[in-house]
Amino acid sequence: MTTLGNTIAAEFAKLLTTRLWWILALVLFGYIGLLAGGLAALFAGISSGAISPDAAGSSGSGGLPDFGTLPPLIYSFASSVGYVFPVLIGALATTGEFRHQTLTPTFLASPRRGQVLGAKVIALFVVGAVFGIVALAASVGLGAPVMNAFDVDPLLTDSATWALIARTVLAMGLWAIIGVGLGVLVPNQVASIVIVLAFTQFVEPLLRLAASFLEVTARIGNFLPGAASDALVGASVFTMASPTGGAAAALDWWQGGLVLLAYALVATLGGYFASWKRDVT
Amino acid sequence: MPTGTTIEFSHIHKSFGATTAVNDLSFTVEPGRVTGFLGPNGAGKTTSLRMLLGLVAPTSGTATFGGIRYRDLPQPLHTVGAALEAASFHPGRSARNHLGVYTTAAGLPRTRVMAVLEQVGLGAHADQRVGGYSLGMRQRLGLAYALLGDPGVLVLDEPINGLDPEGIKWIRGFLRAMAAEGRTVLVSSHLLSEVQQSVDDVVIIARGALVHLGPLASLETDAAPQIVVDSPDREALGAALTAAGLTYSVGRTGLLVAAADPGSVGHLAFAAGVEVSALHRQKAGLEDSFLALVGEGHTL
Repeated sequence: MTTLGNTIAAEFAKLLTTRLWWILALVLFGYIGLLAGGLAALFAGISSGAISPDAAGSSGSGGLPDFGTLPPLIYSFASSVGYVFPVLIGALATTGEFRHQTLTPTFLASPRRGQVLGAKVIALFVVGAVFGIVALAASVGLGAPVMNAFDVDPLLTDSATWALIARTVLAMGLWAIIGVGLGVLVPNQVASIVIVLAFTQFVEPLLRLAASFLEVTARIGNFLPGAASDALVGASVFTMASPTGGAAAALDWWQGGLVLLAYALVATLGGYFASWKRDVT
Repeated sequence: MPTGTTIEFSHIHKSFGATTAVNDLSFTVEPGRVTGFLGPNGAGKTTSLRMLLGLVAPTSGTATFGGIRYRDLPQPLHTVGAALEAASFHPGRSARNHLGVYTTAAGLPRTRVMAVLEQVGLGAHADQRVGGYSLGMRQRLGLAYALLGDPGVLVLDEPINGLDPEGIKWIRGFLRAMAAEGRTVLVSSHLLSEVQQSVDDVVIIARGALVHLGPLASLETDAAPQIVVDSPDREALGAALTAAGLTYSVGRTGLLVAAADPGSVGHLAFAAGVEVSALHRQKAGLEDSFLALVGEGHTL
């Protein structure tokens, strides 16, 4: 029988039988590890006096975080920078079905298409959450010992730190669903990748920065997916660096989570009608 | 042993915008026989098969398996096995994993994967990435997918494309064996000659509409016989035929005359004093009848 359980198991099998997932996970670990380890050394070094602020080039910008919040900032690199990876695997897993024409055998084996898309959403949520764990292994696993070495408390006994870690895993899972939604909205794989990279690396950071200058736009800017994700996680290099401090207008963590979930569901539902239930030719 | 069900196309119609791809197509495919679904490229064969399999939504009409639409089948892969095009694979996945995905989706036993790979002769290549497969191997893998659920109905779109001569011989025997076991076998092709050795019935479509339906032998009786006559002096022979009111065309081996009796043509030449070097009746080949049915201007 083609039960939902079978369909979900098949979606996991699809993900695990190509090289994509572990290549992306490896790059994610290396990228976040370098960033978290390097910046932990830099900031912790400055705070401990091992590195002088002038040497670090931060000539009175006031942009340096309060060092009491350094560990959450470092740990949150897992999602504030790493979120592009779950979006990519979600988008690639979905657009790959169109590109390699595997929708045909998929829909022949499971003719209920809504069930297949639902199974894909569930499988990718889990894979995105696993990516979250990989990214945290890099940001916490490398950031904490580095901060410790510079006599900055990594706050690993603090329950708030572990709440942040759990919310990061949730955020990364939601980002993978957004990737699925993008994939069904824009089935062309190249176009989808370009949108992911352009939006996450360029368009959204600029929009968030621009929005943060005014109170009104800052409130709207909070509903951008990246801002919502940072609100869910509870810390981010972006909110720390914004002129208004971000904290004034930021959403609560659960509001951020709901906004992110809404993006994921709206994109996936829209894509279901735009491409998924169309003729497979 | 799985039993075949009938395939029923009933007044099925499909338009893509202003273009009509399939127009009021109705026919039935019986179990225990191999049915060739023929027509030139672009005639609507693939669209018809995709509507049958629930991949393309018909504009109107239905296509069912014994009255049940594909998407309503409780165990689709166990009822119907389909091989559509030779490229529905992720190139980075091995054949074993490719089939494993859909075995899982359909809730079939994992042992079916190697069973069907052995059946189509790909057992030795099970762990090779499909991206490195030849076209013929991809065709066989497509067929292996169709066989996963040991289905009573087989729907194969152009399965002979890309096969080497040995593969063609193999698939002909395979199709016959499947039908002999009581399964329903529907196999499409744009070349009658590719399938005429294996099919019992033919369904011929052109420009989206049915043009012929019946046993293969019915194609022969449809075609009028021709007389082939040749002479060292073809001009004189042609003039004599025209004078007698017969029309002819120039063929490779002589003049083709639309007449029933070789004797009358011989007598006519004799009376005109033209030397005859060849004279015989030629039954129009199946391929000729096929081409006549699907119409001129459709180069294959």
